[in-house]
Order: sequence, then structure tokens, then C-alpha cells
Amino acid sequence: MEHLIHTEEITKIYNPRKPDEMRALEGVSIQINRGEVVALKGPSGSGKTTLLSLIGCMGRPTSGRIVVEGRDVAKLPERFLTAIRRSTFGFIFQQFNLLRDVSVIDNVLLPLYPVDIDVPAMQQRADRLLDTLGIGAKRHLKVKQLSGGEQQRVAIARALINKPTVIIADEPTAHLDRQLATDLLAILEQLNREGKTIVIATHDPLVHEHPFITKTIGMRNGRIEGVVQR
Amino acid sequence: MILHPGILALITGTAVVFVMLLYASAAGIRVLARWDFESSSEEQLSLERQTYLIASIIKYALGFELLSGLLFLYTVDDLHKVFVGAMCATGSLNANPIGWYALYAKIIIFFAASLWIMLNSLDQKAINFPLVKPKYVALLMLTVLVGLDLFFQLGYFLGLEPEVITSCCGSLFSDNDGSVAGELAGLPPGQTMLIFYGTLALFLTVALLCRKHETGILRYLLTLLSGAALFVSLAAMVSFISLYFYELPSHHCPFDVLQKNYHFIGYPLYISLFGGVLFGLLPGIAQPLKQIESLKEVIRKSEQQWVTLSIIFMLCFLAIASWPILFGNLSLLRTT
Amino acid sequence: MRRHIKILEYALSSLVRRKYKNLAILLVYTFTIMLLASILFLTHALKQEASFLLLDAPDLVVQKMAAGRHDLIPVQYARAVEKIRGVKKASPRHWGYYYDALTRSNYTVLGIDTGMPGLHLVEGSLPSDKGQCAIGTGVAAVRSVGVGDELIIVDSHNTGTAYEITGTFSAQSNLLTYDLVVLTRGELMRFFGLPADRATDIAVEVHNEREVPTIAAKIRQVLPDTRPITKNEIIRTYDAVFNWRSGMMLVIFSSALIAFCILAWDKATGISAEEKREIGILKAIGWDTSDILELKFWEGAALSLTSFLLGSIAAYVHVFFFSASLLAPVIKGWSVLFPEFRLTPSIDFYQITVMGFLTVVPYIASTIVPSWKAAITDPESVMRT
Repeated sequence: MEHLIHTEEITKIYNPRKPDEMRALEGVSIQINRGEVVALKGPSGSGKTTLLSLIGCMGRPTSGRIVVEGRDVAKLPERFLTAIRRSTFGFIFQQFNLLRDVSVIDNVLLPLYPVDIDVPAMQQRADRLLDTLGIGAKRHLKVKQLSGGEQQRVAIARALINKPTVIIADEPTAHLDRQLATDLLAILEQLNREGKTIVIATHDPLVHEHPFITKTIGMRNGRIEGVVQR
Repeated sequence: MILHPGILALITGTAVVFVMLLYASAAGIRVLARWDFESSSEEQLSLERQTYLIASIIKYALGFELLSGLLFLYTVDDLHKVFVGAMCATGSLNANPIGWYALYAKIIIFFAASLWIMLNSLDQKAINFPLVKPKYVALLMLTVLVGLDLFFQLGYFLGLEPEVITSCCGSLFSDNDGSVAGELAGLPPGQTMLIFYGTLALFLTVALLCRKHETGILRYLLTLLSGAALFVSLAAMVSFISLYFYELPSHHCPFDVLQKNYHFIGYPLYISLFGGVLFGLLPGIAQPLKQIESLKEVIRKSEQQWVTLSIIFMLCFLAIASWPILFGNLSLLRTT
Repeated sequence: MRRHIKILEYALSSLVRRKYKNLAILLVYTFTIMLLASILFLTHALKQEASFLLLDAPDLVVQKMAAGRHDLIPVQYARAVEKIRGVKKASPRHWGYYYDALTRSNYTVLGIDTGMPGLHLVEGSLPSDKGQCAIGTGVAAVRSVGVGDELIIVDSHNTGTAYEITGTFSAQSNLLTYDLVVLTRGELMRFFGLPADRATDIAVEVHNEREVPTIAAKIRQVLPDTRPITKNEIIRTYDAVFNWRSGMMLVIFSSALIAFCILAWDKATGISAEEKREIGILKAIGWDTSDILELKFWEGAALSLTSFLLGSIAAYVHVFFFSASLLAPVIKGWSVLFPEFRLTPSIDFYQITVMGFLTVVPYIASTIVPSWKAAITDPESVMRT
């Protein structure tokens, strides 16, 4: 079966040949299949975030191959990388990374600005997403006026606006209380049922012990420690 | 030197652009030396980022050179009052003949910079930057051209002396003058009209064919015809088109149409001509690049746009040039 | 196309979100443009004014030269000139300068019928008798006199002579008549001690303007000790002087421009942590480097355009409603009694283009590199907090 995403012996070295050289990943090979929910587990500094960013086409590995939906993306020029990232992936960041002085709806629409799609269609999509997530009424408020849980939903809406195949979440529960964390996982579970592939980097046991996780990849010091398939 | 605001603006602007291009060239040389697409090193990444900067600088440089070409013409025209015997730009340029070289330099830079932008845009759409080396070599040449432009402009403006009595278009473009300009002015209108309309008709036909068929030969032909169209049209301007605008059988000057009393019609006229020629040149020049696999599809798509634009511009040019011939008061072709 | 509009929209909203930082640049930019624009508008308006005035001036003025200096011209030269083919009329003119020690100002003293334009704009009447005069508003102001009062000036025999003021010239003709004192021709000749057969110069009218250089050449042939000055030469001289003055001012104010560019560079490079974060987010969610470059371009363009418009309008108001009070002394310079006059508003597209080149081009140049540095922000930076 053709994997949705797979990596072959990828290495990532930051600041090579300099005093602050850091080897974030060493010979990492993983496979992610369509419809899976993959948890990357490991302590901070294990390379989870770097691996996520490489899979999500945010950067290039120092060596090795990354294949996304059949395309080798390791050597693509930035413009093509961005195009793939935009169409395939939706990101949920640890710190939400929303623009606080911008309205909810504008934050959600941001990924679509450089895309050639007309404004009414854009608005419709955004409205539907916000309504589904229960924050439709707050669409014109500035993000800083929202609660933590509401901001989380805005971040999710933004991640979904491009109709991505894969959702990538980096420590999504790190700044959430129990209740909000549970809510988040429920939303992700729903998205998975709708067919989205999910990759989560986390060291929160609430996440990687959740039943909807189909594969757990353990990492330490930039290497894969073990893969547990459920 | 004449401390005319327009001159200061031109020199300052050209100098700024030249310095920017020197910077871009330095970056370009580094790219040329260290470029290795296969490498994933930090350096390669940094070089790729540099290409964005270089492209930005050149786009601004081209934008400036385009406008400065028009500003140059207008300033030179505006200066004519200062010279005895000058009634238009021709007189000002004749007052210090280096001025003509500055004008030619600007025209060449217009085409050269536009070609570079075309190369760059193709290169960026391809997946493996196939044109990096030729692009940055071309950049070095472009920088030299702009340096020449600055040199000629400085030489021209610094060497202008108002007391010099210069000759005007009346004598430069008169039938009696043995120069090229004089020869052009002396050509019989009927024949030149035939050549002019014939060339442009051929050009448009080939352009339309290029839209329908993929053959390389057509594209090379279009490029050749574009070049021909430029020279034929400029000759036609001197030979008969300008006469119809001035409604005077002896007034051959191609610059007077840029003046206020002719409603500045010269600007749309020349802009549409150069626009049409530029886009007509592109398909043939890009044709050999189709051999590069990653560029094939990219070129095919862009070609269509170029040919369409070329046709539109040329039609505008034809319309503007023909208007006074068809509807004006002058009649050069008498039926005997 | 849609893409460009959307990015433009974002650029505008982003400018508004950081209004204080951008306001600083806007103000300095606007002020710089206002200064530059004022110079250009003023010189252009003065040039227009001068050429308008010269419309009525004679096609040719013939002066006699002696030992390289301007001398009084024999009146019969006028007849010799009239005989030249193409000449419509040649009239001797009588006029001169008068230095008033009392007010330390120069007046122009004119004889009636001397063919100066604008003389008809008198309120009251022109002098009809040798004891009368008409004066310009400048003279009236500096001497605090008006119609019905007396003007006392000292003649060539060092005798104070009193003239009854019969008329003053209207303010509209100020540029021509400001420092004028008009006497009857005979009285003027007596006042300056001019011999009866001499005049100051000869004004020549021709039938065909295009023949002026030919006629000037002929005059020089027929009367070798004269210097014919054509109207065109005067226009050219004015043009050159104004160009020179405005050019000088521009060079001086270029220092202001350079300071501004340094400011622009500094502001653009000193991109705040907040802005860096924002660009990182944009790149992470799907904007690429050329999108960010375009964003920066639109930001710069919006700032430039706004400053340009505001600066131009401010300059327009400054020059045409406040008579360029900040700049006028330098541009007008040489004359002591300079008239208060409202310049006729006139600008043209060329000036605006020149302004654009002088201001916008350096601004863009100083912000290209900082914009690019911001645009290449690594999207990964957003992941690593």
C-alpha cells in the first residue's frame, strides 16, 4: 500500500559546522498512512517538532528523502514546497499563533489570501467552519477578546480552511486545562472520522493514551525509539 | 551643467538603480559560484533566498528604467527652449550628440531588462531552477548597460551649453540632408506605407497562427518580424506617419508628437509599439528553452499570454498611427 | 489579480494596525515631499508668470553698446530699424532706474507711451502734465503715499522735485508695476537729464515672429554698435535662472531626503519582534517569500502614495495660498522691492513625475533589502517558540 507520507533516513542539522551546531534528527524513517492518527511521543528536545515541521513541508532536511502523496519534497524550491504545504496540510500550533489584533474571520481566512479564489467563496467556507465549531457569533471580534478555548477553535478553523488532507498538531494541549484538552481531542477525533489524517507531537499522556491514536512513534535524541501500532 | 529638476531626477534615479544593480550583481556572482541545486546545505538555501532579492531589485530597476525612458524624452524635449535653434527634443539632443547614445542605451535596456524578467519568471516556475547560470551572467551584462546609461546621461547633461546653436529636426529630418534620418525622410510615402502595413499585417498573421499552432518555426518568425516591425515602424514614423499628425508634408520629426500641442499622442504611440515588439520577441527567444524539460509546460502557458499581449499592443499602435491617415486633413497619396 | 487585491487589502490593514510607527514615517516623508514639491511648484509658477508677462513684451529690444556697456541710443536709429524689411514698428523708449536713498529701494521710472505692458491697469489716471506721476503699489507702500499726495524724488541736478500722484497701479499688475513711477516723457527726459535726441532703448515689433532672428542679424549689420535682444533670449534667460535656482535648492534639500532615507532604512530594518512573528505565522500557514515581498511592496506603495498626495497638497497650499513664504526669499532673490502677488496656480504632470522620481525612488531603494530580510523569515521559527 502506498503510504501517504514517508521519510527515509532523514537528518536535520541546525547551524552546521558552527559552534552551536545541533543535530535535531538522525536517520529517521517513518511511514504514515491515510486515515491514521499518529502520535509522536518523547521528551522535549527529542526532535518531535523538527520532524513535524519537515513532514509538514516547512523546511528541508539536511539529507534523506521525504515523500508526500507520492512527491519527493526534500529538494523542492520554496515556492513549490509552500504550494504543497498549503494544499495538503493544516497546522495547529502550541501557542495557537493567531494574530491577536485581527478579527476571528480574518485570521481564519489568512491562508487563502495568496490563493486565487474569490472572496465570497472564501467567506462562505470560513463561516461554515466557524459555525460548526460553535464560534460563528464571534467572527468579527478581535482574537484577543476571546477566551483560551475559543482561540483554540479559531486556530482549528484556520487549519481547516484549505481543506487539508493532513492535520499537524504540535503539543496542542500544552496550554490547555483538562476540559479544553478533552474538547480538542474530541474535535480531532471527529475530523479523523471524516477522513483526515492526523499527526500529533506531544508528551501529554492524555493524548497518547487516547483510544483514537492508531500509531505511536517514540523518539529520543533525534532518533526513533520505537513504533507501536494499535 | 543645467541644474534642471528633471535632470537631477534622472541622474539621481539612474545612479541609485546602478548602485542597486551592482549590489545585485555581487550577490549574483556568489550565486553563480556556489550554486548547487542538489545540495540541501544551509548555503544553498541562503542562495535560493538571495535569488528573491536579486529578482526584486531588477524588477524595480526595470520599472524605473521604463519610466525614466519616458522622463528622459520629456526632459530633453522640455530643454529645447534653452537652446538656440532647437524646437523639440531633436534640437536638445543635437546640442550634445552623446544624448543620442543615452537614448539608444535606454531603449536597449528596456528590452534587455524585460527579457531578464521573462527569464527569471520562467526559471522560478520550473522545479529545478534550470536557468540560474545564464540568468546571472545576463545580470552582469545588464549592470554594465545601466552603467553605460548613467555614463552617457552624465556626459550629455554635463556637456550641455546653452549658448551652443544647435540644429533642429527641420534640418536633421529634411530630404536634403544626406544622413540616415534624411534618407528616411526622403522615401516616397506610397511605398513606405506599403512596406509598413505589409510588415505589420504579416506580423499579426503570424501572431494569430502562433496562437493556434505549436510549431517552433512560427515563433522564430514572429521574433524576426517583431524586430523588423520595430525598425519599419520607426522608419515609417519619420517617413510619413508624423506628417499626418503635423498635417505638414515637410515636418518629419518623430519627437514633436510628444509635445503638448499634439496632445502628447506620441506617448501612447510609442508605448504601444514597444509593448507590441517586446511581447512579440519573447516567444522566439523562449523557444530553444523548451528543450529543458522542466520549462516546457511553463513556456507553453506563458507563450499564449505573450502573443495575445503583442497582438493587442500592435493593434493599438496601428489604430493610433492610422487614425490621422484615415481621418486627418492631409493627403499624401493623390490619385492622378 | 484577485490575489494581488487581497494582499493589498492585508497590507493596508497591517499598516493601520501599526499606526504609530507608520505615522512617524508618514509625517517625515510628507514633510520632505512638501519641501521638494514647493520648490518645483514655485519655480514652475514663476516661469509661467514670467512667460505670460513677456507675451506683451516687444519682439526685439535694441540697445546701444559703448565700450561693452549699455549706452543711450540715438532716436534716429529707430528710423533706420523701421526701414528693415519685416519690421512693423520701431519706437524709442525712455526709462531708467532711480535709487531712493530715503527708503533704500530702487524704482523703475518710465515715460508714458513707452510701450510697457500693463500700464492700462491704473486706478486714477496716468500723468498728463509734467508735474504729475502715477506709481505702483510698492512705491506707494514704502513711501506711504497715495492718489492726491506728492512724491518727491531727486533729479539729475540733485534738486528735489515734487510730483502730484494722479494714479496708482492696481494690485493685479503688481509683477509689472510694483516699483514703477510713471512720468510724462518730456518730464522724464528732463528728470534724468537725457539729451533730446537720445532714448534708453528701442522697442521693435515685427510682422512675422519667425523672422525675429533674421531681423536681429540685420539690425546688427545696419547698426553695428547696437545689441538687439530678442524676446526668446529673455525667456531663455529666465528659464535658465529659474532652473538654476531651483536646482540649487533641490541639491540643498537633498540632504533632507538622504536623512529621510536613512530613517526609512532604519525603521524597515528594525522590524519589531511582533512583526517578525506575524510574518513567521503567515509563512507557516501558506504564504511564500514572494507573497511577503508583495505585501511589503504594497505597504511601501501605500505609504509613498499617501505621503506623496499629502505632501503635494500641502506644497500646493503653501505655494499658492501662502505665497511660498518659506522659500520665496531664496528663489526670488535679487530685487529689493519685491511684490506681493498671488501666483497663478499651475502644476503639470511632468513636475509630479519629477517629484516622484526624486522621492519615491530613493525610498523604495532603501526599503528593498530590509523588506527582503523580513520576507525570508523561516516558517519553522514559528514552531520553535
